[in-house]
Amino acid sequence: MPLRTPAIACAPRRGRRLAFLLGALLFLPARAQHGVKEKAEHPAPQAPEIQVPAPPFSEGVFPCSSCHDGKTMKPDPKRRELGMHTEIELKHGPESRWCLDCHDLADRDSLRLASGERIPFTSSYMLCGQCHGDKFRDWRVGIHGKRTGRWNGEKQYLLCVHCHNPHGPRFKPLKPMPPPVPPEKIRPSKGGRP
Amino acid sequence: MNASHPGPCSGSCPGGEGTPGRREFLAAAVAGMAGALAGCGKLSMEEFLQRNFRELAKDEIQKILLRLEKEYRAKFGKPVRVGIEEPMQGVVFGYALDLSRCIGCRRCVHACVRENNQSRDPQIQWIRVMEMEKELGVDVQHANHYYDPAVVPREGHFYMPVQCHQCRRAPCVKVCPVGATWQEPDGITVVDYNWCIGCRYCMAACPYGARHFNWGEPQLPAAELNTETHYLGNRPRPQGVVEKCTFCIQRTRKGLYPACAEICPTGSRKFGNLMDPKSEIRYVLENKRVFLFKEDLNTKPKFYYFYGV
Ligand code: SF4
Ligand code: SF4
Repeated sequence: MPLRTPAIACAPRRGRRLAFLLGALLFLPARAQHGVKEKAEHPAPQAPEIQVPAPPFSEGVFPCSSCHDGKTMKPDPKRRELGMHTEIELKHGPESRWCLDCHDLADRDSLRLASGERIPFTSSYMLCGQCHGDKFRDWRVGIHGKRTGRWNGEKQYLLCVHCHNPHGPRFKPLKPMPPPVPPEKIRPSKGGRP
Repeated sequence: MNASHPGPCSGSCPGGEGTPGRREFLAAAVAGMAGALAGCGKLSMEEFLQRNFRELAKDEIQKILLRLEKEYRAKFGKPVRVGIEEPMQGVVFGYALDLSRCIGCRRCVHACVRENNQSRDPQIQWIRVMEMEKELGVDVQHANHYYDPAVVPREGHFYMPVQCHQCRRAPCVKVCPVGATWQEPDGITVVDYNWCIGCRYCMAACPYGARHFNWGEPQLPAAELNTETHYLGNRPRPQGVVEKCTFCIQRTRKGLYPACAEICPTGSRKFGNLMDPKSEIRYVLENKRVFLFKEDLNTKPKFYYFYGV
């Protein structure tokens, strides 16, 4: 399955620093492939190029190393209540999970698999796929989540985190668009017959 | 027409006293025809004489497209392209909708209206989303089409969008008395709006409520017009004809996903080529729990529902 580290089509609102960093992260194709070399009992659809928009960071937080530079703040691997990032409410198995299960202690600009392997934020799907294997399998073939583009050619993917906030992954409810006009309220318009 | 010419039932027609009755009938018929033509309003002679799309030669089609583009330009004040993209070889379209994911947000309904130039007033919508209770399962009798809570999904409910199922044994096609609707080789059931006589038999025959009639002159603001159109799809329709979902024929025959699949925020909508074993749609059919709506009617839809979880 030719799922490469996605070419980044950077969304406009992202910071310039982010664009630079993500550009750098593109040098990891071999690693990204490693994660998806899963035995496929069904041939995966051929998608020539799969692009995703940049990971949806909160404004101004990335690169994390601008604060977590290993000097001004000493890395502390102990599980504890944080004084920072209080806006994050962990609703993703909070009993058994905390920050450093997914964020790398030594390199905050990377994520970390259970094996200890570091991966870039653009490959976060590998991290999600460790536990949600069935969703990962469906996502790879375009069944979980959406694809846009061409049904017979180039498509765009979204990352898991575009729809599911990793800290509280439940899909957020939406305001529905207006319902149809009920039959009794339909009035003939100009030129219309009753 | 020569009313004095002896006809086959001259003198023996039931209820008639020979020629005078027949003459009256013919006079009435001629008057009726004149009335019908007058009632057609802006219908040009060219348009009135136009034959069924499937019988037209290439150069005739070109002339018709030019005429339509001119008409639309005059009506909407901007250039409109009317295409006739043909079905692709080895392609039969199929659609699958994930009932476990749809949250009933109706993004698809409104994206479809915009993409396919549906009349805003009187309102026509090709997609209808039904809200049903999880406890009752798929129970159309108790479905709510007009739900409007602050947010969806509502607790204890699930949502089932319905649109044309592009039936392989389409009752709508079978009943059309004039052959104005048919199934294309890529499996899309289309309507020739210039051939449709507005009898609405197809609407009565369709078990999915997928066909819609232009009771009034369709109101479509020029600013919202989608100018990329297909003759058998989303070109602006006249009053008095039936229309329906065409899997976005103007998009999908160019390789694009339908507008409803592109907009869906939950990724519930899957589309592709049923003949391609590597397509997303085939993956769904082979690996998921799939069901057909009103399967017992043997319409053999190419629109499937599945449970993605
Ligand atoms: S846009 Fe998607 S989630 Fe929303 S109603 Fe349509 S199918 Fe359901
Ligand atoms: S769903 Fe209705 S309109 Fe569509 S093909 Fe079947 S019978 Fe015809």
